Amino acid sequence: MDTKNVNGSGGADGNANEWRVKVGLAEMLKGGVIMDVTNAEQARIAEKAGACAVMALERVPSDIRKEGGVARMASIKIIREIMQTVTIPVMAKVRIGHFAEAEVLQALEVDFIDESEVLTPADEENHVWKHDYRVPFVCGARNLGEALRRIAEGAAMIRTKGEAGSGNVVEAVRHMRTIVSQMKKLTTLRDDELMREAKELGAPLDLIRQIAKTGKLPVPNFSAGGIATPADAALVRRLGAEAVFVGSGIFKSSDPEARAKAVVKATTHFDDPKSVLEASEELGEAMRGIDVRQLEEKDLLSTRGW
Amino acid sequence: MLRQCNDGHRAPCPGSADDGENGVKIGILAVQGDFAAHAAMLAGLGAQTAEVRTVADLEGCDGLILPGGESTTQLQFLQEEGLFQAVKKFAAEGRGVFGTCAGAILLATEVKNPAQASLGLLDMSVLRNAYGRQLASDVFFGSSKLTDSPMEMVFIRAPIIDRVGPGVEVLAEYLGKPVLVQKANVMAATFHPELTEDTAVHRHFMNLIEASLRQAVSAAR
Repeated sequence: MDTKNVNGSGGADGNANEWRVKVGLAEMLKGGVIMDVTNAEQARIAEKAGACAVMALERVPSDIRKEGGVARMASIKIIREIMQTVTIPVMAKVRIGHFAEAEVLQALEVDFIDESEVLTPADEENHVWKHDYRVPFVCGARNLGEALRRIAEGAAMIRTKGEAGSGNVVEAVRHMRTIVSQMKKLTTLRDDELMREAKELGAPLDLIRQIAKTGKLPVPNFSAGGIATPADAALVRRLGAEAVFVGSGIFKSSDPEARAKAVVKATTHFDDPKSVLEASEELGEAMRGIDVRQLEEKDLLSTRGW
Repeated sequence: MLRQCNDGHRAPCPGSADDGENGVKIGILAVQGDFAAHAAMLAGLGAQTAEVRTVADLEGCDGLILPGGESTTQLQFLQEEGLFQAVKKFAAEGRGVFGTCAGAILLATEVKNPAQASLGLLDMSVLRNAYGRQLASDVFFGSSKLTDSPMEMVFIRAPIIDRVGPGVEVLAEYLGKPVLVQKANVMAATFHPELTEDTAVHRHFMNLIEASLRQAVSAAR
């Protein structure tokens, strides 16, 4: 079980019990949907629809994409209002490498911090050293090496980066398939082949060895970035995601309440097509969506961070 | 061990109750939460497990675990899938039910902070998120009737059992508050025994299930 095995880095650098309750909270969110919300009213709708947590932010990714400018940690007032409105865990985002924003969110006592590529990076070389915090962190990853670097820094949950705000699930699928197949490959290798893999992936050897044994990440593995419909949620769950983040997909659709409920239902009953069918019925229009191949390199969010 | 009789009737087949110690099948509510952690713990103890997402999934289960997670999310699924009544019936038939954290909230007769509907299967009042937010989550040791030495308890955004009704046995305490309680075939923990190496609580639940099966057999005679 994830929380029993203190991961190599977590045990050495952080307090073991702290690590267990951080991964423990991530464990509690499994099978659920974490929804992006920008105000208390949206948070209330999300909770009522069955979200297992909400992500407080100032603008959803599709608006950040449209409006441009520097995207920062959300206003404290909004986060605080959301925390006062719902009983489910409240997450909030910090810019990559912005440890001072992270300290502010910890002082505010949010339940989870997302060091997120959706915001404008504050540091293009270094991520936050997440072992220093009692509040757990989630980080995005496109492949196993990136996931393991974040875990080594203290992330208690990994999510695919996908391409946030695109309403297009293609990148989340690519990232989840990549992570899962890279883990599968590790389980087939001999001990004397693992150092080379650690070098190739740019990941710590102790974590590589652990995955070669277990075939899975030492922390929960969720999916985010472009999930817009109940069937999208079922798809990433089928590919190995243990829970789902939905950003712009809900509150940028024509019917947020119904869509929120439908995505929750499809996430739980992901392997029952009849339930996913029921969830997909009577929904209005999904968010418009973007063909990510039409995006220029500079407009991609998933390439932020390494 | 419990076997399904050929006529499809769910009552234990005569003479089958003592075939094996760990032959029970335990359902785990798998709509949201740490159901996989419970499954891993039970598998290690030799129990067969089944993920429960619909009323039909409950069939053939000798016991049921309501795992940790978000009680608001889980409650919504219970109500919408018809599981709310089905779980009540399951417990009323004398089968074992064990809730951890969010599961304990679902089992209580009264939920506060804020008030919320519940199954009402265990006479107690529960305060949600009573220790505070995630920053207050931690690992503690408390006294328990199930173990000789203090029991390790993982609390995550945990509720507090504020009052227990008559006949509810307190099996473990932390800071003077009940954290593991039982009445007849229903058990609740505000902490997460499934996130530790200590199997005592799950073994106790399996014994409870076996006792309930023996009772069902003798009642059938």
